[in-house]
Amino acid sequence: MEKMSRVTTALGGSVLTGRTMHCHLDAPANAISVCRDAAQVVVAGRSIFKIYAIEEEQFVEKLNLRVGRKPSLNLSCADVVWHQMDENLLATAATNGVVVTWNLGRPSRNKQDQLFTEHKRTVNKVCFHPTEAHVLLSGSQDGFMKCFDLRRKDSVSTFSGQSESVRDVQFSIRDYFTFASTFENGNVQLWDIRRPDRCERMFTAHNGPVFCCDWHPEDRGWLATGGRDKMVKVWDMTTHRAKEMHCVQTIASVARVKWRPECRHHLATCSMMVDHNIYVWDVRRPFVPAAMFEEHRDVTTGIAWRHPHDPSFLLSGSKDSSLCQHLFRDASQPVERANPEGLCYGLFGDLAFAAKESLVAAESGRKPYTGDRRHPIFFKRKLDPAEPFAGLASSALSVFETEPGGSAMRWFVDTAERYALAGRPLAELCDHNAKVARELGRNQVAQTWTMLRTIYCSPGLLPTANLSHSVGKGGSCGLQLMNSFNLKDMAPGLGSETRLDRSKGDARSDTVLLDSSATLITNEDNEETEGSDVPADYLLGDVEGEDDELYLLDPEHTHPEEPECVLPQEAFPLRHEIVDTPPGPEHLQDKADSPHVSGSEADVASLAPMDSSFSLLSVSHALYDSRLPPDFFSVLVRDMLHFYAEQGDVQMAVSVLIVLGERVRKDIDEQTQEHWYTSYIDLLQRFRLWNVSNEVVKLSTSRAVSCLNQASTTLHVNCSHCKRPMSSRGWVCDRCHRCASMCAVCHHVVKGLFVWCQGCSHGGHLQHIMKWLEGSSHCPAGCGHLCEYS
Amino acid sequence: MNRGGSSPSAAANYLLCTNCRKVLRKDKRIRVSQPLTRGPSAFIPEKEVVQANTVVERTNFLVEEYSTSGRLDNITQVMSLHTQYLESFLRSQFYMLRMDGPLPLPYRHYIAIMAAARHQCSYLINMHVDEFLKTGGIAEWLNGLEYVPQRLKNLNEINKLLAHRPWLITKEHIQKLVKTGENNWSLPELVHAVVLLAHYHALASFVFGSGINPERDPEISNGFRLISVNNFCVCDLANDNNIENASLSGSNFGIVDSLSELEALMERMKRLQEEREDEEATQEEMSTRFEKEKKESLFVVSGDTFHSFPHSEFEDDMIITSDVSRYIEDPGFGYEDFARRGEEHLPTFRAQDYTWENHGFSLVNRLYSDIGHLLDEKFRMVYNLTYNTMATHEDVDTTMLRRALFNYVHCMFGIRYDDYDYGEVNQLLERSLKVYIKTVTCYPERTTKRMYDSYWRQFKHSEKVHVNLLLMEARMQAELLYALRAITRHLT
Repeated sequence: MEKMSRVTTALGGSVLTGRTMHCHLDAPANAISVCRDAAQVVVAGRSIFKIYAIEEEQFVEKLNLRVGRKPSLNLSCADVVWHQMDENLLATAATNGVVVTWNLGRPSRNKQDQLFTEHKRTVNKVCFHPTEAHVLLSGSQDGFMKCFDLRRKDSVSTFSGQSESVRDVQFSIRDYFTFASTFENGNVQLWDIRRPDRCERMFTAHNGPVFCCDWHPEDRGWLATGGRDKMVKVWDMTTHRAKEMHCVQTIASVARVKWRPECRHHLATCSMMVDHNIYVWDVRRPFVPAAMFEEHRDVTTGIAWRHPHDPSFLLSGSKDSSLCQHLFRDASQPVERANPEGLCYGLFGDLAFAAKESLVAAESGRKPYTGDRRHPIFFKRKLDPAEPFAGLASSALSVFETEPGGSAMRWFVDTAERYALAGRPLAELCDHNAKVARELGRNQVAQTWTMLRTIYCSPGLLPTANLSHSVGKGGSCGLQLMNSFNLKDMAPGLGSETRLDRSKGDARSDTVLLDSSATLITNEDNEETEGSDVPADYLLGDVEGEDDELYLLDPEHTHPEEPECVLPQEAFPLRHEIVDTPPGPEHLQDKADSPHVSGSEADVASLAPMDSSFSLLSVSHALYDSRLPPDFFSVLVRDMLHFYAEQGDVQMAVSVLIVLGERVRKDIDEQTQEHWYTSYIDLLQRFRLWNVSNEVVKLSTSRAVSCLNQASTTLHVNCSHCKRPMSSRGWVCDRCHRCASMCAVCHHVVKGLFVWCQGCSHGGHLQHIMKWLEGSSHCPAGCGHLCEYS
Repeated sequence: MNRGGSSPSAAANYLLCTNCRKVLRKDKRIRVSQPLTRGPSAFIPEKEVVQANTVVERTNFLVEEYSTSGRLDNITQVMSLHTQYLESFLRSQFYMLRMDGPLPLPYRHYIAIMAAARHQCSYLINMHVDEFLKTGGIAEWLNGLEYVPQRLKNLNEINKLLAHRPWLITKEHIQKLVKTGENNWSLPELVHAVVLLAHYHALASFVFGSGINPERDPEISNGFRLISVNNFCVCDLANDNNIENASLSGSNFGIVDSLSELEALMERMKRLQEEREDEEATQEEMSTRFEKEKKESLFVVSGDTFHSFPHSEFEDDMIITSDVSRYIEDPGFGYEDFARRGEEHLPTFRAQDYTWENHGFSLVNRLYSDIGHLLDEKFRMVYNLTYNTMATHEDVDTTMLRRALFNYVHCMFGIRYDDYDYGEVNQLLERSLKVYIKTVTCYPERTTKRMYDSYWRQFKHSEKVHVNLLLMEARMQAELLYALRAITRHLT
């Protein structure tokens, strides 16, 4: 092939040389076997039976054993084996159930030696005794194994597996009398060749057929088995019970398994279907194959190591009609391509991170504090014992421990629980959240919320006013503006009235806002600060500073656009953008709103003073504020969000994102949003804030995130009888074979919604129970309980 | 329902055997009264199906567990003669129709309708029209294939081939379906569809083979419901299955005959078993035996004097109720003997090169998880099911007979087992049975009660149902093997 490198191995005098190469066969191969001298290989299939000499550069056809005018079915081989003691002796298993032996020493063209027609069904496997010259074993679809002495015409003994078809038989290499057989029903049996009456040992190795097995060439009693369940298992047979020592999970059903010579833990496998590659596994590392040969274009049907003491040459035959010699050093090594990195949280928030040594070394050399930057608040990098794993690859493990003051995370939990994210007008949300933040001593965050409110809500629109706006009447904006102008003048005269109305307004907003009075205080605070002449006092950083300056500088510029911009955003606070939000709370709010609003429109006068009372405090600002379109700030808000996220306060970023909704979403790219959402949700779940995390998922607009709620929606139930989980179906217990939840009305199994009385625990189909209880007040089961349905 | 409807137009809805049709054609005014049928099957007297209490309990439990419609339908009732099998049947069917799978529920039922329509099996169609609507299918689709999405329509070709000549399926067919485009199928979806198609083709065989009666009281008669059509020729039904001992009534003289028939069969089985040891059939002989059997299956039907239709003649006679034909295209496409086509020689399918256990299972389970295990269990169950009885005899090893039935079906689909001596088929399966097998598996819609009665007269009905189960599963496996082999070839 393309690689011209040669490998030369000295093996007790004989020298093996060769390269990766392949040759085309005329027909698909079913099995291959190597001669003892490692210089010849026999290939057998339905319509091929040839011997090839393995030369340095190529395979050379040496002999075609398929002779005769009309090839009979005896030549349609399912398996072939070359005697490891006698170079002239071969045996094949035919699909029609015949076992044929071949003697290459015969002078005639037809080398066929003996014919055993004792099996009734296809013979799947033949196997020579490793040391005895005349003993041949066969395993067949009919469930029997037969032992032949080649000096006699008939079988010496017959072993009945008492179960289904035999898939493989293998003589033990170490124990003279022992052989193993594998079966279609998943069993493996161990036999003594002298005792055909019953097997020595039997155990279930796989779920589904066991296609192959192989004894370890050195370790006595190690048996590898491969099955349709895509597993390779290594068993220790020396103990009283067969013990599973290793298990390798492959990606397709395992057709052949062969231990690699001279490598105690290596074995080669190929698969029955779909997957065409040959893998060499280290059974101690069952997840990534040690080597992989990708030459074949169709399933590999036969593999054989070229020499029993040479680990570098592998031969294979395939359905794609080719014969290959693979060199171990030319194999591709998936490990090379893998990125072995692992990350895991400990019980108390510790973080462990393992990576390839080279990667870690490079990183720590570059910047020791990267770890800190990524987890600025929660974690600091404490110890870095670059201890390599005991495995093959060396890797470094770093552990980041939670800071001693880990309880400082309290603020996160509190914030998450108390923040309001939706269901109210924007201004209220901002105020509420600002208050929460302030109470937790996070002033910067509180200021941010306040500013957001200032940016996105015109100042006159306080909670009550907002309520009236949420209906979104076309004219209300004009009305509002008028109000704010008029009332400035009117207010002083109406002082006492205002007080009164305001308390009324409070009472009203109570229905939707838990602590409106507190909010009001915040508002006042808020406006006071704005009113103060020293902006630097509350500036959080450059970002906010610019923010403030800008809108102070540029008041009239965008004035004309104001009505269009402000109104729609306020008129529809958030909820319309949100997909899949349950209507519950919003409906309630709408209902609460609408009568109030109609009332307010009826007598503008009573509402108007209310507004004015607030505006009064910061009248001058109010005028400026309302002139600037929020769009103007979107860049700044975006930067602000990025700033928080970078700092590690992804909570703030997500909360603002949700609260502002459509106003900022378009400015931040989908992927970043998704990233924030998932990080926040992950954190919430870590703190077991399931409700909050669900709310966030629900409110998120990102497709990928809202899908989270739709995944794994299964509800697991236990059987009411045996208390065991009902795994397969929700209404039938596999163990006690009963139908669980029967409907008390129709006496059929309930497969959907089941409603039951908490008093007597009888129940049934939702509709049935509803209907029943309309007509009767007693339990349908006749227990006499007076059930209620509400 | 037009049960008992005796107008000629109603009678025309029934599938008639040629004899009756000829008579009818001669005398258009003839009034045929449709006898009321009772019980789940037209072939099996009702009392045969009625079971011991424990069995009924078990069956009811299974129905509760797996039935999609929630009712004990006639198929289940007949199958409950073999409860062990019934469980694996219902479980796999339930899995295909209701459990996790790549296709949406209405699609699954629509595919079932398409499959059943290939054999004009109105029983299954009606059943699934209901289910289709219940699972939220679009009622418009029931107007026919023109109304369904192109994607479903594309399935037509494979449905047609699978039903009648599965050996013609190539990887090109698969490629056409899965190649990227607007209406492409993903491989898992395709495998799901193929499993459904094969299942319902085979089930249609069972329905006709066991003479399943239409459900007695269809609950909802909405506008889309088809007219329930009983597919059995009136002459069969008029025969009487209400008379006790229906199977014997036709021929009292036959008792002696059939008794000796049974004895002879037992004798042959015994001889075959003994012979095995010293029999030395040459390989050439073995392979010619398969060819012979294949060829002979050609003449099996045409040799039957009563129910033979030269191909062309039948076609113009074929009654396809318009209700059914709207779900299919190319209705004339039917089974054609595998061995017949001399011109284009199709290679025999070598069973050992693509077995269900090794290859089929791995592929199907990979693309549509868990169905492999369920089907595997079902195939295994039906193949190994035995009560060690034959008619009146007990303690009989029926393995040979079961294998002969199974392999004979595969033989008709061109699947050959290297390790099977097809001479056995000739010895074990009498001519009338072969006629029955061929009809049930290849064109089930032509099955008549006469065919059902004419073989194995001494055998119990439950044993004949067992035969039907074997035929059904063998057919399903054959279809699956061809389809999956094509998919495998597409993958490599």
